[in-house]
Amino acid sequence: MSTAANDAPRSRGKAPAGERVADWADGRLGIYSLAKANMRKIFPDHWSFMLGEVCLYSFIIIILTGVYLTLFFHPSMNEVTYHGSYVPMQGQLMSEAYKSTLDISFDVRGGLLIRQIHHWAAIIFLAGMFVHMMRVFFTGAFRKPREINWLFGFLLFVLGMFTGFTGYSLPDDLLSGTGVRFTQGAILSMPIVGTYISMFLFGGEFPGTDFVARFYSIHILLLPGIMLGLVVGHLILVFYHKHTQFAGPGKTNKNVVGMPLLPVYMAKAGGFFFLVFGVIAAIAGIVSVNPIWAIGPYRPDQVSTGAQPDWYMGFAEGLVRAMPGWEINFWGHTLVLGVLIPLVIFGVFLALIAVYPFIESWVTGDKREHHILDRPRNAPTRTAFGVAWVTAYMIMLIGGGNDIVATHFHLSINAVTWFVRIGFFLGPVLAFIVTKRICLGLQRRDKEKVLHGRESGIIKRLPHGEFIEVHEPLSQEQLHTLTAHEQYEPAEIGPTVDENGVERKVKGSEKLRAKLSGAYFGEESQIPKPTVEEYKEITSGHGHH
Amino acid sequence: MKKLSARRRHPLAALVVLLLALAFTGGLYAVFAPASKAQADQTAQSLAIDEGKKLYAVGCASCHGTGGQGTTDGPSLVGVGAAAVDFQVGTGRMPAQQPGAQIPKKKVIYSQAEIDQLAAYIASLGAGPAIPSAEKYGPEGADIAKGGELFRTNCAQCHNFTGKGGALTYGKYAPSLEGVDPKHIYEAMQTGPQNMPSFPDTTLSEQNKKDIIAYLDAVNSDDTVNPGGLSLGGLGPVSEGLFGWIFGLGLCIAVAVWVAARTAKAKKS
Amino acid sequence: MSSQDIPEETLPAERGGTHVPKPADDKNPFADPGLPPHEHRIQDIDERAAKRSERTVALLFTVSMLATIGFIASFVAIPQDKSIYVFPIGHISAMNFALGLTLGVALFTIGAGAVHWARTLMSDEEVADERHPIEASPETRAKVHADFKQGAKESVIGRRKLIRNTMLGALTLMPLSGVFLLRDLGPLPGTKLRHTLWSKGKLLVNMNTNEPMRPSDIGVGSLTFAKPEGLEEHDEGFQNEIAKAALMIIRLEPDSIKDKQELEWSHEGIVAYSKICTHVGCPISLYEQQTHHALCPCHQSTFDLADGARVIFGPAGHPLPQLRIGVNDEGYLEALSDFDEPVGPAFWERG
Repeated sequence: MSTAANDAPRSRGKAPAGERVADWADGRLGIYSLAKANMRKIFPDHWSFMLGEVCLYSFIIIILTGVYLTLFFHPSMNEVTYHGSYVPMQGQLMSEAYKSTLDISFDVRGGLLIRQIHHWAAIIFLAGMFVHMMRVFFTGAFRKPREINWLFGFLLFVLGMFTGFTGYSLPDDLLSGTGVRFTQGAILSMPIVGTYISMFLFGGEFPGTDFVARFYSIHILLLPGIMLGLVVGHLILVFYHKHTQFAGPGKTNKNVVGMPLLPVYMAKAGGFFFLVFGVIAAIAGIVSVNPIWAIGPYRPDQVSTGAQPDWYMGFAEGLVRAMPGWEINFWGHTLVLGVLIPLVIFGVFLALIAVYPFIESWVTGDKREHHILDRPRNAPTRTAFGVAWVTAYMIMLIGGGNDIVATHFHLSINAVTWFVRIGFFLGPVLAFIVTKRICLGLQRRDKEKVLHGRESGIIKRLPHGEFIEVHEPLSQEQLHTLTAHEQYEPAEIGPTVDENGVERKVKGSEKLRAKLSGAYFGEESQIPKPTVEEYKEITSGHGHH
Repeated sequence: MKKLSARRRHPLAALVVLLLALAFTGGLYAVFAPASKAQADQTAQSLAIDEGKKLYAVGCASCHGTGGQGTTDGPSLVGVGAAAVDFQVGTGRMPAQQPGAQIPKKKVIYSQAEIDQLAAYIASLGAGPAIPSAEKYGPEGADIAKGGELFRTNCAQCHNFTGKGGALTYGKYAPSLEGVDPKHIYEAMQTGPQNMPSFPDTTLSEQNKKDIIAYLDAVNSDDTVNPGGLSLGGLGPVSEGLFGWIFGLGLCIAVAVWVAARTAKAKKS
Repeated sequence: MSSQDIPEETLPAERGGTHVPKPADDKNPFADPGLPPHEHRIQDIDERAAKRSERTVALLFTVSMLATIGFIASFVAIPQDKSIYVFPIGHISAMNFALGLTLGVALFTIGAGAVHWARTLMSDEEVADERHPIEASPETRAKVHADFKQGAKESVIGRRKLIRNTMLGALTLMPLSGVFLLRDLGPLPGTKLRHTLWSKGKLLVNMNTNEPMRPSDIGVGSLTFAKPEGLEEHDEGFQNEIAKAALMIIRLEPDSIKDKQELEWSHEGIVAYSKICTHVGCPISLYEQQTHHALCPCHQSTFDLADGARVIFGPAGHPLPQLRIGVNDEGYLEALSDFDEPVGPAFWERG
């Protein structure tokens, strides 16, 4: 009480209410030191930096709508007879899960809208993550110090795939049931443990009466719980590292240029949430997604053509469709390579992009922090690798929809499958070569622009009759931006003889690294950026030419 | 008369009387029965067959043989029945334009009368399913839900959940059933055109067929309600994924471009 | 993962040590000129333009309010089963359409208003914020390491090996309880995957009519699906049983059957194959009556039903199992035994 006198100048009664609440909270949570660091935090403006926000917001939308759906959905496989309002299902036997999904669609007002928002948001969430990941990849934003965050993001993508898949399976309709059957068949193909895992997962033989309830707790609790944790971690790291930025005047590796969180980003990012939500809600009002009433309840002896998983599993589906039917029998056992190999490739292929940052940092040996983004053309090998990866992914997506491709382009499904089989190996190689050439071409053009200026489109006739195009010199801002990127030199294997003349053994990994480094940064793989000397030599004397 | 009365005890007399009685009854029947109509039908039928034969000779014989016995270019038509002809010609598949993995549906070039004549001719070559009458595929007394279950068991594997069609091996396909005349659907089930297996009445009863047609009418017609909105062709996750990428994510990105773009600066005057 | 083999000079020079704007000089024409000067927007200098922006933002927020009222009105007023025709979408649920659009507009305009506000009325001056290295200073690093060593030393874990080892043992064993708790998720496989409901004398019952069939019912080129007699849709366990027992019945001309065993196991050209694909278990039944191919709609495995259901395309590893059939005394088709191999996807113990 004796300190009251000291506090007198901050007369409590007169401070605005908001301030008093903030003071109260600060006394207990220490929010002011947090706010000091973050309230005016700078975020650079670029549309591609908002891809992650699309993901975050669609994730929030999914959680909100998902909670609503749990209020009406019955995760039960009890068989019931339908007597709801959808006529073409009257009197049909179906699981309670399917029936409650029909009820959500036809008997809960707005239920259909929320279901469709949930499903559309899931499709967009995964697509957004894919594009966001590619943005980070192609601009080299995964480099130190952001490798861990890259892995968080990758895990979110993979978990998102499985959360989506388990959710797609919940209504127990004929389409998703077929997908679950596929999953069960794939599990069975695992050597030694396959049959056991299948029996444990389904509580006995397929389909059993358990999987909807089990998938339900995985779908609404286990996976989203982990994802929520990862999202929070992902965001904390984004705040902590501060956002990357593209090279430009005034932008360095030691600063971040943009506008402050409060107010501009608060309004833009907050507003963007509503924009994304609005777009998805409108889509859900206009476009149908997963019309389970048209699909029918699951029966293991029924199927429809055009049975596909949602797009994010299409890549795995394509691998399985393209695989030849290899099966090995030995000593009373069966090795189901026709299913097992695609499963392994699926994992390895995804892991490849996940570990890429570590491979690259090993090749470059660069241990510094990087906050300035690369333009994709300035890292031709990385860009080419990324495009090759995306190409393989897209070819397998085509493979996953080979029947739809066949009917809509009047092709033979077998021809499409063969295209996919060959394309999976050939496509990435071609994409790699072509992308690298394009990157080098663009680098050359940049160099040209720096040294000779921009083509102005103005044709000038010289006194002796020659026509030339006038090149305008670039501004210093442009010169800086086009020459700000770093160029590595290929690593070489150090001296094989040490100072005492003793020959040391060169490790295989060292050789591999030198080789990779050569492939990354050798003469074939980058155009040396213009030097100041070159520039001066050209600009001095000759004037504009 | 004496002669006659003398023989009336003859052992064969009874037989003769019987025959006479039969002839008399037959004569009476011939007089009183709608003889003229029967005759006319008979004549119309044989006329139709004759006309059909002529049409056949011009449009079909080159592939199916002069007597419908089939050649290397076309299968035998003996015993396929009128329903098969009505389906094949009535949907424009026949006459075929060119060989290929599958003969597609085309513009119908014969009138229904001509098709009936052709059908009559082919039916005369050997017994087969007849053209169904309208009440067989009409909506009265059909169970839509049962039809849905039957459709998913027997048809959806090739024609998709709601009959949007799908791919088969080596360029063949199950066509979309949208806008197909119920009569033709009925005939297709009965006769199994091209690579489609047949579903004869012995394994898929007439009531079953009626149910299936009623279901298709409920879920795949111009008046079908798609409560969710645009159905994207009813093709499932492939078209949904494509739409989600192009329009869903595309719109979000378009909005992001606007959010992140620099506001126009005041012009330096 | 070390860079010690790479001489420092091969790394590109660190860029932008400082962000003090450097004037363009003769020395380095590529030097960073620094942040460009801030330019004003029309709203910054023209109050009328700013007013216009304000009105636009307010209008957007008002539209949102109206849309929300529209949402509530639609929710209350539109009957749920009402459908409307909207060109070019088709016949759709009036309620879903109205709710989706009003909700979409209500949300979108809030966002659009906020963004327009931020873009036109909030300060758009770009500012630079310093970055600090993520890694700690050498002093901090040394301090943490020292603290850790001190702590570890005080815990005596390094010295008292017995404690350390038993603790690791306890922590390793403990999760086993959790593994055991999962045991009752399901039964052991046993031979469940090897048997189906079929056995000698079971009639083949038509899925469509729920009646047994005579050979004469099945025409050449037709396709019929069958289940074992006694299995009804309402039965408990119907799904599990039909998942293995579903049958596809076709009839071929006996002389077009190429496989000897297939011919032997058929009856007058009627053959019965498992409907469950041997790849991953989709019900395969896209039967082409002219080519005798059966295609799986899920992954396009193609089987030649005239040749022992040999795989001719796609990822399936072995033929579809065939059921031996015959006719009983009353002339109905019956099974002569169970399948002699497991139906459905292959698995490790299949052999």
